[in-house]
Amino acid sequence: MHISEGILSGEVMAAGAVFTIIGVTLGLRKIDYNRIVHVAIIASAFFVASLIHVNIGPSSVHLICNGIIGLLLGWAAFPAIFAALLLQAFFFQYGGITGLGVNTVIMAVPALLCYYIFSPFIKKDSKLSFFASFIGGAFATFCSAVLFASSLWFTEKKFFGIAITIIAAHIPVMIIEGFVTGFCILFLLKVYPEIFYQKNDSLQKN
Amino acid sequence: MFDEILAHKNSIIHELDPRTRIISSLILSFAAALSDKFLILGIYFLISLALIYMASIDFFYIIKRLKPVFLFLLMIWIILPLTFQDKMFLKIPFFSFSKFLTLSIPGLELCAKITLKSITIVLIFVSLVATMTFASIGNGLHKLFVSDKMVFLILMTYRYISVIEHEYKKLLRAAKFRGFKPRTNLHSYRTYAYIAGMLFVRASNRAKRVYQAMVCRGFNGKFYTLDTFDSSKLSLIFIFIIFAITFFLVLIEAWI
Repeated sequence: MHISEGILSGEVMAAGAVFTIIGVTLGLRKIDYNRIVHVAIIASAFFVASLIHVNIGPSSVHLICNGIIGLLLGWAAFPAIFAALLLQAFFFQYGGITGLGVNTVIMAVPALLCYYIFSPFIKKDSKLSFFASFIGGAFATFCSAVLFASSLWFTEKKFFGIAITIIAAHIPVMIIEGFVTGFCILFLLKVYPEIFYQKNDSLQKN
Repeated sequence: MFDEILAHKNSIIHELDPRTRIISSLILSFAAALSDKFLILGIYFLISLALIYMASIDFFYIIKRLKPVFLFLLMIWIILPLTFQDKMFLKIPFFSFSKFLTLSIPGLELCAKITLKSITIVLIFVSLVATMTFASIGNGLHKLFVSDKMVFLILMTYRYISVIEHEYKKLLRAAKFRGFKPRTNLHSYRTYAYIAGMLFVRASNRAKRVYQAMVCRGFNGKFYTLDTFDSSKLSLIFIFIIFAITFFLVLIEAWI
């Protein structure tokens, strides 16, 4: 989900940049030096996971995984997503510099919301885990689509048609993303529960 | 996929120091993004073409790389003129019902502007920023007072993308050996979810090992780069020219 360059108005770009700077700064503050390698390599995994294409009828969509990233990293998702998007711009020309701020907000804010709303429900041996992460994944995609659409709408009220089309086009993606997030979180809970972000993090201390 | 083909060339652009290139691309991109007149946009487009030429990048190569941009623009061209309910340009009878498909002039104009802008901005990014190795981008960002942690994070992410991608290919190969064929069903989604999950597990495990190795070698939170760049005369002249041109164009736009 990328807003291409050259569409957004100055106000929306500025707002995106400001929110990104705030989010990234706060996110960085929450990462200690003994965790930063973990965040960075999870960010590379996020980058690679977004290259995975899954079939949907005759066409295919790529995974977004921002729900998973939110659940895994918490606030650190903000700088991680920023880094991944910068690298995407660098490697694939998905965008230039002007859209980076807004695109980071579109991906990272839903990740953060997903972390705050759904991570309390995701526990080992809890039957709610799958359900919560399914909803979390779908919700993160939905929020991204809404943020995408509303940044278009704030730019120009006449983009309404295109904004609605974008949200509608993302409904199947939401369902797929929900299933993938659900299965993925269940899998991680089973094989590697330490990966989830905890406040008194035990991951790096052992 | 992750080779830096553009970075290993010789041209004027490649001799500039990273800071100059990052700042000039920021200035030019935002100026182009905020401009609203066809004439001025055309000039920015010509500047971006000139930059591509100066960086001695093959035009066909660039067109191939711009595929995602073109796809997005195609969507815009299909949807926007039809949904923009303003001064109608043309009415097309729609299945001979009383409904009409209408193309509006402002919609078409906006499409043309967006096309021009987005191609210009991406070309500026490719010619100035994508022609650096990622290490020098990190170096440039560091010198531009981006925080240590962020630079470290970006460089680390960059470093491990190819490693994790290698892991992904391994997992995919393993799935294929076991007869996995991607289809539109829950089984495929579950398999992909497990592959993605395994990627995160391997990433986390590797992070642990990398961090331990770094601590063993005396990591103290600082990241040193070996590339050093002096701000040469060329860089100063370049950034001055970019400043002057942009300033001039902004003035003209305000004046017309």
